[in-house]
Amino acid sequence: MTSAGPTVFHPDRAPHGPVPVAERVTWIGALDPDLRSFDIILKTANGTTYNSYLVRGSAGVAVIDTVKQEFTTDFLTKLEAVARYDEITTLVLNHLEPDHTGAVPELLRRAPHAHIYVSPRGLQVLRALLKDRFDDYTVTTVTTGDTVSLGDRTLKILTTPYVHWPDTQCTYLEEQNLLFTCDLLGCHYCDGRLFNDRVGDFRFSFEYYFDHIMRPFKRYVAEALDMIEPLEIDMIAPGHGPVLRTHPRDYITHYRRLITKRLARETGTQKTLLIFYVSAYGATAQMAGAIHDGAAESEDVRVSLFDLEGGDVAPFIDLIEEADGLAFGTPTINGDAVRIVWDMLSSLVDIDTKGKLGAAFGSYGWTGEAVGMVEARMQGLKMRVPERGLKIRMHPTGDELEECRDFGRRLAAHLAGRPMEREIDLSALLGS
Amino acid sequence: MGTAKLTFADVALTVNVPQGTRIIEISEKVGSGITYGCREGECGTCITRIVEGMENLSEPSALEIRVLKDNLAGRNDRLACQCQVLKGTVKVRPG
Repeated sequence: MTSAGPTVFHPDRAPHGPVPVAERVTWIGALDPDLRSFDIILKTANGTTYNSYLVRGSAGVAVIDTVKQEFTTDFLTKLEAVARYDEITTLVLNHLEPDHTGAVPELLRRAPHAHIYVSPRGLQVLRALLKDRFDDYTVTTVTTGDTVSLGDRTLKILTTPYVHWPDTQCTYLEEQNLLFTCDLLGCHYCDGRLFNDRVGDFRFSFEYYFDHIMRPFKRYVAEALDMIEPLEIDMIAPGHGPVLRTHPRDYITHYRRLITKRLARETGTQKTLLIFYVSAYGATAQMAGAIHDGAAESEDVRVSLFDLEGGDVAPFIDLIEEADGLAFGTPTINGDAVRIVWDMLSSLVDIDTKGKLGAAFGSYGWTGEAVGMVEARMQGLKMRVPERGLKIRMHPTGDELEECRDFGRRLAAHLAGRPMEREIDLSALLGS
Repeated sequence: MGTAKLTFADVALTVNVPQGTRIIEISEKVGSGITYGCREGECGTCITRIVEGMENLSEPSALEIRVLKDNLAGRNDRLACQCQVLKGTVKVRPG
């Protein structure tokens, strides 16, 4: 028997109508206590909330984000309790993912005059959402510094891309120091008491959400925090989970902590190269050792060597996240790289690998295609792979080990920013 | 047909290419970190910084101009799946 909804959720605590969150600001979102996984990649042990907000100014009413499509009626019922459709002047879409825009088509059908504000990157997704109705509406793209007036209330836009989609932005209600962040600083935690000082302990959910949604985009989270930290903040109203009205800055500070490198001074100005290998008969291990030795001749590069069979994926991922270069050694078995290598490579989707240096090597008996497969995966992870992978048939000879050391030297030179510049003709590539 | 030089700064490699070559035709073969999404000029994934030789590239199409604008690209950025190297030397790195 599964433990669905009511066993952990308390319907008596669920708001049946709109909830005031601040003067002129009302929560008109939806609770989804029965959800058990989100976007396939997250577990949601007590569900989630889809937070939408209504802001009432002296000369206009704004809706900030909406809810998942199946909660449209719930959302519209709450909205109708606090505003008429003909009053809605403004619809701000901070993020176009379906869990925040599912009710947009129906809302616009009832409030077609509402002026829509999205980020420039959001425009293409809005087009896809509204299909042939797109041209029926008034849409304006907005970026940092743009404002939308509601009379005595002003919405100020902060463009904060890639937290966690290209389109994401935040909206700041200037007169009340209230920041609508959509997915940023949110979490999947369903509790009808809504506010962080009233709900259960959601700290685990807050960090879990960061790890699975924001972690691959740390560099963009940093840029977003750079914009948010100078603001006066009395309340953070995210798109999922509790409204952060008590000590809201603690959550910003915690995000800053989560994106900060650990023991950053340990490596100083040195670049780091991690060499991982797995070896059936010791040949790929020999190659790994020689590549390590060659790279370690450089004083600018700190090189580490790990047998993949001796470690767990999760701590290796932590290590890789802060590394500058990765080399993977794998034999070719049954025409493929071995499973432990694929487990590691598939797990790298949880972190940012863009621009890291990648390299592959391995011993083989018959075909040796594993090396090329690993290189292709690394390119798919947005890594640069400047040196063609090194393949050696059976155990390496003395000369072949010197080739490995030289391979390591070249990797170190790339990391140190002193690679040997090469020039080739196209024919050299086409032959490969 | 004449040739041009296309340099990928992130992998320290220059390729002598026929005039008219698109960056997408070469970058993956040399292991550059330029990555692609739709490959048709619509998604903006392959935004690439032109370090040198912007004047040696084909003019951006109306579609490319719109996608660059929508993606808040800088003035030295182009879409690697769209632009062609027409002459001289061009140096690029991932955007």
